[in-house]
Amino acid sequence: MRPASMSRRLLIAACALIYFFLMLPLLVVFPISLSSAQYMQFPPPGFSWQWYERYLEDPQWIDATWRSLYIGGATAVLALLLGVPLAFSLVRGKFFGRVLIDRLALAPIIVPTIILSVAVYGLFAKLKLIGTWYGLVVAHTVLALPFVVLVLAAGLRDFDRALEQAAEGLGAGRWQTLRRVTLPLLRPSLVSAGLLAFISSFDEVVVALFLAGANMTLPKKMFDNILMEIDPTIAAVSVMQILLVSVALVLIGRFGRGLKDSAR
Amino acid sequence: MRTKGFLPALPALVLLFAFFLFPVVRMLGFSLEGGSLEWYAKALGEGLYIRVMWNTFEIALLVTLFCLLLGYPLGFLMATTTPGWATLGFIFVLLPLWTSVLVRTYAWMVLLGRNGVFNRLLVEYGVVADPIPLLHNFTGVLIGMVHVLLPYMVLPIYGAVRRVDPAIPAAAAGLGASNWRIFWRIWMPMTLNGVFAGCVLVFVLSLGFYITPALLGGGRVIMIAVLIEQQVREALNWPFAAALSAVLLVFTFAVYTLAQRFSQPVEASR
Repeated sequence: MRPASMSRRLLIAACALIYFFLMLPLLVVFPISLSSAQYMQFPPPGFSWQWYERYLEDPQWIDATWRSLYIGGATAVLALLLGVPLAFSLVRGKFFGRVLIDRLALAPIIVPTIILSVAVYGLFAKLKLIGTWYGLVVAHTVLALPFVVLVLAAGLRDFDRALEQAAEGLGAGRWQTLRRVTLPLLRPSLVSAGLLAFISSFDEVVVALFLAGANMTLPKKMFDNILMEIDPTIAAVSVMQILLVSVALVLIGRFGRGLKDSAR
Repeated sequence: MRTKGFLPALPALVLLFAFFLFPVVRMLGFSLEGGSLEWYAKALGEGLYIRVMWNTFEIALLVTLFCLLLGYPLGFLMATTTPGWATLGFIFVLLPLWTSVLVRTYAWMVLLGRNGVFNRLLVEYGVVADPIPLLHNFTGVLIGMVHVLLPYMVLPIYGAVRRVDPAIPAAAAGLGASNWRIFWRIWMPMTLNGVFAGCVLVFVLSLGFYITPALLGGGRVIMIAVLIEQQVREALNWPFAAALSAVLLVFTFAVYTLAQRFSQPVEASR
């Protein structure tokens, strides 16, 4: 390899700085969460687990965490139940208005979340659905649907249909083919789509801000706490959240279809 | 009319109609209450609100510009380095992307506050005598938003640089072109597609941004999304919130449609 040129070295130096900028918030959150100080102080004067203890001992935080976990889980299930058939229709169907439906299914990522939140808030206030967990699941499913459709559609486009034809040629019914051949082959896409739907709900703030009412989800509780007081408990919660999302991403990398493949 | 394979789409369509299309259209309808356009006149005519619109536009434009300045070198390096380094680069770009916006905003508050890390370093080393205001103003919002949106710029640019045949810049170098010239005459025009896609994405996402301006703006930097929230929750002025939403929505779709018009010929020639 020839030695790096001057401009190349300059590029690398610039990128090192930009990477530092990108990682800076994460580099700050970890030490603060382990701080022994009683208030926000950086760098921390000593080491302690107190903020993690405070998080684990506060029923409000634990409550919010559980709620976010099951709302995320329910969102993933509902988004898969609705999104997988939708993706099949969009990729394999030939019907009037297919392009229009394709646009509609992806619209929730284009329409600013604040507009969706306010609109659904208006409707749910009328229907008395504010503060219910299933109301939030429905709204989060609308936001998660585009991810499921994108990932599944990519998986379906690369799918070798000869395998289905072989199953049918060997006497399998349509339902049996779907259950025994098609879906198992699509498993990586299904895993990725489900985990993405889960993360999108678990991390979601704006919709929850409007719809959760007094029943806090984890991000809503974090938002309120950041507005009220900057207390290092937030840092401890943040670290927990980063770890949980990382686990989900590692699972995608291990069992799912790579995000890079789906982006094509 | 052909209907082959339509049925499986039906349940999802019901959900999208009932909880997406219907509520949005219903809310936008409020803006025409009384059959006049007075709320639109207020949104687009009154000095205070023109300021908000202009603020939003200005911040979105600056965020896009800074993301491009930081994102191009990053995407370029990742696309032209060895696979090992590229993977590491990807991790560093995707890790913040998958960290909650709240966590990152909180971290910036710690870093930029009056007694924050930056100000303490600046005062300690005598760069400034008194802490400079970095939070609850334009600068804070800008830093926070660039950080959140930078990955959306890096990824399309990375993709565009990867699609360029490396033999072309190599040929130019062989013919004696300087690095600078190779960049402006070959890399830049051939990756314009990705640059354009990234800019549109970042700009449109900036327009509707809520969390970062709400927390880092400290009530002093009002962007349109923050204004909509205030109108709904504090002023309980639904018609005005609806008119503002309509303006934001029209603007967002206009940028997208325009972008698609522009990028189509380039896409097709690939």
